[in-house]
Amino acid sequence: MTTMETYGPYGGRYVPETLIPALDELTAAWAEALADPDYLAEVEHLGRTYTGRPSPITLAPRFAPGKRLYLKREDLNHTGAHKINNALGQVVLARRLGKKRIIAETGAGQHGVATATACARFGLECVVFMGSEDMRRQAPNVERMYLMGATVVPVEFGTKTLKEATSEAIRDWITNVETTHYVIGSCVGPAPYPEIVRELQAVIGREARGQLLEAEGALPEVVIACIGGGSNAIGMFAGFIDDPGVRLIGVEAAGAASLGRGRTGVLHGSRSSILADSDGQIADAHSISAGLDYPGVGPEHAYLRDTRRAEYLPCTDEQALEAFQRLSKMEGIIPALESSHALAVVEEIDAEYIAVCLSGRGDKDLAEVLAALGMAS
Amino acid sequence: MSKTLAIYLMAGAETPALAEAAVAGGADIIEVGFPFSDPLADGPVIRAAAEKALAAGMRTAACLECVAATRALVGDTPLIPMTYASLLEAYGWARFETDARAAGATSFIIADTAAGSRPELRRVQLVAPTSTDARIALAASETDGWLYLVTLTGTTGARTELSDALAGLAARTRALTDVPLYAGFGISTPEQARAAADLTDGIVVGSRAVQVAEDGPAALRSYVASLRAALDA
Repeated sequence: MTTMETYGPYGGRYVPETLIPALDELTAAWAEALADPDYLAEVEHLGRTYTGRPSPITLAPRFAPGKRLYLKREDLNHTGAHKINNALGQVVLARRLGKKRIIAETGAGQHGVATATACARFGLECVVFMGSEDMRRQAPNVERMYLMGATVVPVEFGTKTLKEATSEAIRDWITNVETTHYVIGSCVGPAPYPEIVRELQAVIGREARGQLLEAEGALPEVVIACIGGGSNAIGMFAGFIDDPGVRLIGVEAAGAASLGRGRTGVLHGSRSSILADSDGQIADAHSISAGLDYPGVGPEHAYLRDTRRAEYLPCTDEQALEAFQRLSKMEGIIPALESSHALAVVEEIDAEYIAVCLSGRGDKDLAEVLAALGMAS
Repeated sequence: MSKTLAIYLMAGAETPALAEAAVAGGADIIEVGFPFSDPLADGPVIRAAAEKALAAGMRTAACLECVAATRALVGDTPLIPMTYASLLEAYGWARFETDARAAGATSFIIADTAAGSRPELRRVQLVAPTSTDARIALAASETDGWLYLVTLTGTTGARTELSDALAGLAARTRALTDVPLYAGFGISTPEQARAAADLTDGIVVGSRAVQVAEDGPAALRSYVASLRAALDA
């Protein structure tokens, strides 16, 4: 009744009782919204006139000589990443629920910026929880959130990154659930969030499939996306999941490989594959990319791994940094550090026709990358 | 009828002696917190206590030993491990139940696993001011012995005033079930204890007890006695 392990043994609702009625309400509102042409039309209209959808695909011949590598350009979206797709869809949903206060967690700050943007657009109060370590790493995004009127709450304990920011957002939601909608930023959390986020991000895969068919007259051999919580990947995969000939590959940060090195556990409201010790205590993840620096992953990815529909590969900080620089130099596109993980594995994949979800742009990462490369000015 | 007083303590080396002192002060039930790294239902006091306990090595096996050592000092006082699903996932839900009962546990509270989920572990269920009547009825049907009434929409921790949501929740729950109702979250003073007990069959005190316990068994005994006196007045 309250638990819906939606994805094989994964998913469910592992949250305090206080939130269960709100999740029931959200489930009902989401079902109504999906069946309501007005909701879908509003989200589509916002995507077209505000976000800049459809995002193009770009062939990257100098980055991947000998291959036909297409980049799905979510970096060209308003606010610079795929996160806006979910934030707008959820904020429109929150307005249908009559909620006037919006909260969000953020790691790299892209989801926080996207949520602050959507709230500014609709005149809603916005509070974003962000680890103080991430506020340091992603200072430009903190400034953007302030500029758009959001309150950014630093989370000063534990790892001071996305894990703690998410816990604090959930604690705020427990406290203010009657007035507040929690715009979770990835396909994680208690049901129905993983499904909502996947559906709102599925526009990436739908568009990409049509664009690639038009460009090449065929579907790609391989589709690749980076995985933190997994939202750009689940959205990209959604367009190809029913095409059994298309390999789906998710790329995790090697120090945050919840799928590659995790165990079944419970974090932030759902059962999934998580980095934890043998007692179930959550382990510290590590990645140079704040958006991938998370010890959990969306439950549907754990299911796709177990059923072998998708494969998941690790990528080190160094490999990601190399891909970051190479795409910048060879194609004139500065990718987000997150997306650089997906780019980094292209070379080792035995296929010619490949599509990568370029989930965001790298402006926010310049200071961190230059410091890592010892080039700080 | 006398009101029930439940006291929450974080598992640790001092817990058996602290529990013995709490019982001597008039506690009827001891909840033993098994620390978790990401306790969503807990406010700053219990979160910090959990961090400290984990740093001191209080992993699941040590917590079970703590329950056994406590059991040896508190006679037949009910002992209830309170924790989060992640620990049970790692240990195995059935194995956890078996080993905890063997160590002397009376029942369980899993803060992030609500009624309707994981029914294989019979445990004390929580209801909250946001719970619908249907959910209260479900929790009452699944609960083990008593229902934990969460007095407020929020996390654990002392508040200056008793939540005004408790009266409505207690009345709605009372109309749906005959099981004893014990109120917790935000209760720390004898006055709050008395006011909450007037609406229910008993109370749970967590964060404040954890703070007082830092000053040792004598301080805890005296604090618990002050709550007991307020409940018996």
